[in-house]
Amino acid sequence: MFDTPKREAAVTKTDIKMSARNCQVFYGDNQAIKDVDVDIDDKTVTAFIGPSGCGKSTFLRCLNRMNDTIPICRVEGTITLDGEDIYDPKVDPVQLRAKVGMVFQKPNPFPKSIYDNIAYGPRIHGLARSRAELDDIVEKSLRRGALWDEVKDRLHEPGTGLSGGQQQRLCIARAVATEPEVLLMDEPCSALDPIATAQVEELIDELKQNFSVVIVTHSMQQAARVSQKTAFFHLGNLVEYGETGQIFTNPRDPRTESYITGRIG
Amino acid sequence: MNVGILSLIVLGLAALGYVLARRRALAVVQGDARLLHSRTGYYGQLVFLLTAVPAFLVMAIWLFLQPILIEQRVAENIPGTAIPEGGDLTLVMSDVRRIAGGIDAMMADGSLGEAQLKDMHADQTDIRARLAGVGIALGAEVSPAVFEAAKSYRKMQKTGALAMTVVVLGLALGMMGLALSRISATLRARNLAESFVLSLLIGASLVAIATTAGIVLSLLFETWHFFQLYPARDFFFSLTWNPQFRGGSDLGFAPLIWGTLYVSLVALIVAVPIGLMIAIYLAEYAGKRVRSLAKPAIEVLAGIPTIVYGLFALITVGPFIRDWIAQPTGLGDSSSSVLTAGLVMGIMLIPFVSSLSDDIINAVPQALRDGSYGLGATQSETIKQVILPAALPGVVGAILLAASRAIGETMIVVMGAGAAAKMSLNPLEAMTTVTVKIVSQLTGDTEFASPETLVAFALGLTLFVFTLGLNVLALYIVRKYREQYE
Ligand SMILES: Nc1ncnc2c1ncn2[C@@H]1O[C@H](COP(=O)(O)OP(=O)(O)OP(=O)(O)O)[C@@H](O)[C@H]1O
Ligand SMILES: [Mg+2]
Repeated sequence: MFDTPKREAAVTKTDIKMSARNCQVFYGDNQAIKDVDVDIDDKTVTAFIGPSGCGKSTFLRCLNRMNDTIPICRVEGTITLDGEDIYDPKVDPVQLRAKVGMVFQKPNPFPKSIYDNIAYGPRIHGLARSRAELDDIVEKSLRRGALWDEVKDRLHEPGTGLSGGQQQRLCIARAVATEPEVLLMDEPCSALDPIATAQVEELIDELKQNFSVVIVTHSMQQAARVSQKTAFFHLGNLVEYGETGQIFTNPRDPRTESYITGRIG
Repeated sequence: MNVGILSLIVLGLAALGYVLARRRALAVVQGDARLLHSRTGYYGQLVFLLTAVPAFLVMAIWLFLQPILIEQRVAENIPGTAIPEGGDLTLVMSDVRRIAGGIDAMMADGSLGEAQLKDMHADQTDIRARLAGVGIALGAEVSPAVFEAAKSYRKMQKTGALAMTVVVLGLALGMMGLALSRISATLRARNLAESFVLSLLIGASLVAIATTAGIVLSLLFETWHFFQLYPARDFFFSLTWNPQFRGGSDLGFAPLIWGTLYVSLVALIVAVPIGLMIAIYLAEYAGKRVRSLAKPAIEVLAGIPTIVYGLFALITVGPFIRDWIAQPTGLGDSSSSVLTAGLVMGIMLIPFVSSLSDDIINAVPQALRDGSYGLGATQSETIKQVILPAALPGVVGAILLAASRAIGETMIVVMGAGAAAKMSLNPLEAMTTVTVKIVSQLTGDTEFASPETLVAFALGLTLFVFTLGLNVLALYIVRKYREQYE
């Protein structure tokens, strides 16, 4: 198999954060992801695009082993983070998810106050030594989530009382608060208005300074605006992967071109 | 004609009305159903309801009122001399009813005909012996007046039944004819039929509410009666419970309430942690197969009759606690104790807590779990900090439901905790509860006139107020948290 040499290469090439080789995902007997090879660069925004049901979310969930929570889901192949196989039995998925955070398609704030929602991760991972430090983290995360000004006077009201868009920004802030190395975002802007979307995009741009971000999106414009690399999925296959500019201006595969110009999906 | 057959006939008429109405509706528009205001089925439904419902209503009211009126008429005709020394009219009336029933039985087995009955008089025939022949045993010889009353009772009953049949059938037919004659293309049949059904539905919910109100009113009435005979102050504040059927009792409810709360508390201390842990295991950790086996197995506990739990308490748990805990520590020497009843009741309550909580925990959206795992939380952190808080209102509801079961439980307490009304902190002593005392005050040969029996109603009302309070509390908690969490 060719994945062993490639893995070695991944270790030596320091700017590759995560890589997948020969990745297959099955839901029971249905194969949702077929033979996907991808390298996610460090300090880069990578966009996953493709028609609905093509397996973008499924693949994204492989990257932090969220698929472990679905009993019928089976993952094959190799996925590495900083050169280490994340599906190795020695790896604790809990630790992994602290490093590879996730924002979901539908906002899912906990039934707690806004403050406690943000403080949840830092508390669990012991990121704050004092109450003041925790307050700081909460404020900083809410600012990065472009939510601070709207909620600073109601930090102790339930997070579930916010509007859908605010809830989503709360979830983004919550994920940012745990300081992950990689942030996976599954259509984070599908519930947001253009202003909040712009704020989130700005946030993604800022996060890129320190982490790598993987974002699933249905908006071509968004992918073009925020990402440096783009992967196009179709029917469970990774059809094309490359520089965003190249994918959008000069796609190699006819399927990519049809999708981008709006003929499939 | 008996009530069952009459009901069937009314239903048959209504069905006929349905068919006729549909035909007629089509006929008035020459078969073009689009010209009708409503679909033909609604015309049928309307006539069906108009035929059946008023007839059944009248029948129900008739069946309720007829016995009352007849008894009144018959009672008026019983001379004072027919009432024996020391007895009263109600006893005589029950004899009248039984004799009438006996005569019916004799008619049925053919040993007596209508004509013979007419000539039969209590002073000529040995009625008591003949009634005994059909299984009706009477305490004394039948006096002529009572026998005549029984005869007229029977006659009135027969007339009443006949009149009812005529009225009900007449009404059904009349309403059917009237409704059929009103059918026209513009009749708003759907709206009428639907509002008719709506009022039936409202009526049904009123039945439930009215029953509750009736129960509360009767409790209130008898309690008021009780407080006429016994000072309320003593009932609420006296610390002794010592009923004497010769009078001069102490009827303080405090020891009973104490026993009730103590036993319930022990039961909840057993049931809540175990039940919750079961629920968490089943909902979060157990695999599909374990769950499908374990859940029904635990729910079997809920199906065991409480008397069986009582036996378990009496024969197994009680002696065990006495021999291994109470006697070695010197804290008690009876096999009935608060601990026994509480433990066994706790076991009974486990499935209430576990089953409901399990459903509630399962209903917490998967998205919340994903959100927590996505932040690097472990399963136990997720359960403690996300799932349980989200499920809390429902879990509290489940616990309060279990608490009201515990407060109302009787059998386990009688057999496990004993019948001694006592106020003590020692859980190894026998105590008793409100429900047990309600039973013991009402059983036995007593009339409903002494404070010793009437106190049962005051106790019942107390219990009712307690469980009502618990339910209100449960509702309040659930509302409060729901505001916060949804
Ligand atoms: N929990 C699951 N159980 C079974 N099949 C699933 C499950 N989740 C996804 N699938 C299947 O896997 C395939 C890929 O789904 P996925 O959610 O990854 O698509 P997607 O690209 O994210 O689509 P969308 O853009 O609509 O979010 C689909 O065919 C879907 O039916
Ligand atoms: Mg998706």
